Amino acid sequence: MRVLVGVKRVVDYAVKVRVAADKKAVDLANVKMSMNPFCEIAVEEAVRLKEAKKATEIIAVSIGPKAAAETIRTALAMGCDRGIHLTTDARTDQELGPNSVAKLLAKVVEEESPDAIILGKQSIDGDFGCTGAMLAEHLKIPQCTFAAAIDFDAKTVERETDTGTEVVSFPSLPAVFTADLRLNEPRYATLPNIMKAKKKKIDTKAADSLGVELNEGNTVLEVFEPPPREAGIFVDDVDGLVDKLKNEAGVL
Amino acid sequence: MPYDVLIVGAGPAGLAAAIRLKQLAIENEKDISICVLEKGAEVGSHILSGNVFEPRALDELFPDWRSMDDRPPVDTSVKEDKFLALTETGSVEIPNFLLPSQLHNDGNYIISLNQLVRWMGTKAEELEIEVFAGFAASEVLYDEEGAVKGIATRDVGIGKDGDPKATFERGMELRARQTLFAEGARGSCSEEVMEKFNLRDGVQPQTYGIGVKEVWEIPEENCNPGFVQHTLGWPLQHGPLDQTFGGSFLYHMAPNTILIGFVIGLDYENPYINPYREFQRWKHHPEISKHLEGGECVSYGARVLNEGGFHAIPKLTFPGGALIGCSAGFLNSVKIKGSHTAIKSGMVAAEALYPKLVEKEEFICCESYEISEDEKPQEVVEYQTAMEESWVYDELKEVRNCHAAFHWGFLPGLAYSGLAAHILKGKEPWTLENPTPDSAKTKPADQYSEIVYPKPDGVFSFDLLTNLARSGTAHNDDQPAHLRIKDSLKSVVDSNESLKTYAGPEQRFCPAGVYEYHEDSASGDKKLVINAQNCVHCKCCSIKMPHEYIKWTVPEGAGGPNYAMM
Repeated sequence: MRVLVGVKRVVDYAVKVRVAADKKAVDLANVKMSMNPFCEIAVEEAVRLKEAKKATEIIAVSIGPKAAAETIRTALAMGCDRGIHLTTDARTDQELGPNSVAKLLAKVVEEESPDAIILGKQSIDGDFGCTGAMLAEHLKIPQCTFAAAIDFDAKTVERETDTGTEVVSFPSLPAVFTADLRLNEPRYATLPNIMKAKKKKIDTKAADSLGVELNEGNTVLEVFEPPPREAGIFVDDVDGLVDKLKNEAGVL
Repeated sequence: MPYDVLIVGAGPAGLAAAIRLKQLAIENEKDISICVLEKGAEVGSHILSGNVFEPRALDELFPDWRSMDDRPPVDTSVKEDKFLALTETGSVEIPNFLLPSQLHNDGNYIISLNQLVRWMGTKAEELEIEVFAGFAASEVLYDEEGAVKGIATRDVGIGKDGDPKATFERGMELRARQTLFAEGARGSCSEEVMEKFNLRDGVQPQTYGIGVKEVWEIPEENCNPGFVQHTLGWPLQHGPLDQTFGGSFLYHMAPNTILIGFVIGLDYENPYINPYREFQRWKHHPEISKHLEGGECVSYGARVLNEGGFHAIPKLTFPGGALIGCSAGFLNSVKIKGSHTAIKSGMVAAEALYPKLVEKEEFICCESYEISEDEKPQEVVEYQTAMEESWVYDELKEVRNCHAAFHWGFLPGLAYSGLAAHILKGKEPWTLENPTPDSAKTKPADQYSEIVYPKPDGVFSFDLLTNLARSGTAHNDDQPAHLRIKDSLKSVVDSNESLKTYAGPEQRFCPAGVYEYHEDSASGDKKLVINAQNCVHCKCCSIKMPHEYIKWTVPEGAGGPNYAMM
């Protein structure tokens, strides 16, 4: 089985983001970027398949600016075999949306013919959570999203829902899987592996050379911070609480 | 994996050494393999400095830096130099001509050292120097004769309870023919090496200051690029004979940035001093807050800096390696500058090491991919000699007694500095002794009363934890605390001596809120709590803790602050 894994370069989860002065986007100047945490989980799942000898080759693909190559290198250091880098200068946190990404990934899938495609369930910048599902639709193949456990032998996936987990089965491969938090705990990229990863191959091409219409059809009107949290108040009793909820907050 | 040279720390000194070595390799057509290890997540993540930069060493490393296409971020020339003595509501300007020439900044630049180091990192990568960020050197490796043969990176994936987790990975041993320690002030491996090889014999103990800094973005029309201001007096010094050493800096950098901070000498005696809160309340002075109007604080951080100067420089070399940059301690505390001397020391080390490394071709790792058993680890004493003859030592000798003079009070100290800079120039026949380490200077709390600091207003001043979020500090939670209580001093902690005698100064001097005393619900006693994940790697605790009961060890790589515009 050959596996394709998507990895995205996003703002590091620990960064305190700020809105840019023009209020059209988040200010990314001099901000630390890292691999999307759910993509790390996807990579880890693929690497475990290789270690269990269920997969023979793992390809890491990323769409992003020149620096996204570092993200692919991290995936290679975790255990992927080679990388594909589709370069673009469009902002991957808002300009390049899930549908465009899905169409680009579909092109990569058509060329590489993997048996399984594993993506993170969502990215922590756009937070759409749509790319995996859209990709499956474009390719007309099964999708198992929010995976907490994947069993390739039994062809079942335990997936997260709002009320717990459910087990679904998929009829065949190829299929798209998106990784949720509990799927696994990603490994550290060790120094020896980072050194080895330098020798692994990354194919680079321009994203707009694949013949895909990259117009998302959406425009970001404004990006703003949530209003600052106001102080709470103490009420003396339940009547006081009901009074406030009814007459001040207007929610009753 | 063996290297010809291993450099611990990708700061100005470490990267300058790496770059200079490669420049020499290219010039002489004899390549050597160089590896630079950095514990921060990226090159620059842990770099914090004022910074008014003297370009002297950069001119030597990259003589054409001003005309490069991708020139370094050294753009804002210093245009105005102001020195104020503050009172609670007013200020007195000390005219420039009264100040020692060392404090004049013509020809210097206001920079973000962080951004300069990141630029140096890209230059190093272009030269095919292997730079690995996110890896912490936790152990120095020695051969049978006790010479340094390299370092080992830290094991990762150990849980809070000390047991290996599923993600456990053993650290890697990196061997090198020469190891340079460039960890900055109070480097963890450097301190160990200084002790092992008795490098501090016959020199004064190193003394330090804690620097706390913020970066503000202000409306562009209010920015006066090139403006440099330093203040003394309020709130730290209450009179001209006050012995507490410290003061502030405020710089305007193009296009719309204010670099602002406060440095307090850690030889302070009053255990109630809270450096972070002194900094916060100082910002409310009208001379200061006027610069911050309409602005937003975007970054916060802290780091110690060396103040011991010339007489605290240890022996620099040992078999198998050397100390460069602030790990050795070349900061000029009168100029308040150490970046230029750090870069120069890296270059001088490179120039001393290179000929020794390529002397015998069969030993070069770059070609053989191994370290020959026949080569004994060298001690490149030529580095020490070259440093002693360099302009670094010249300038440090001139001000060698100045910091100790501040023990007479800040006005006498200033007067002495002026005298030393204009007339004595370090040639005075006496040496002002400074034998006491900072931790021993703290006096018992019963001699002082608690300092009541004003509450932060959220506009100009902030509470510590809000500010800490601006440092981007993150550590993997599930790992043992890297701040270890020394075995021999466990009784000091168990008996709460720090709290009882000194009112627990660690609750105040740590700029990240790591140390707290909580009431134990069972016994009602106060117990020390160490919130190691807040740590910004400033090293203040390893210096100022009563009896120095904390050993600062390195946490999992890539943890700590993530500074960008610092």
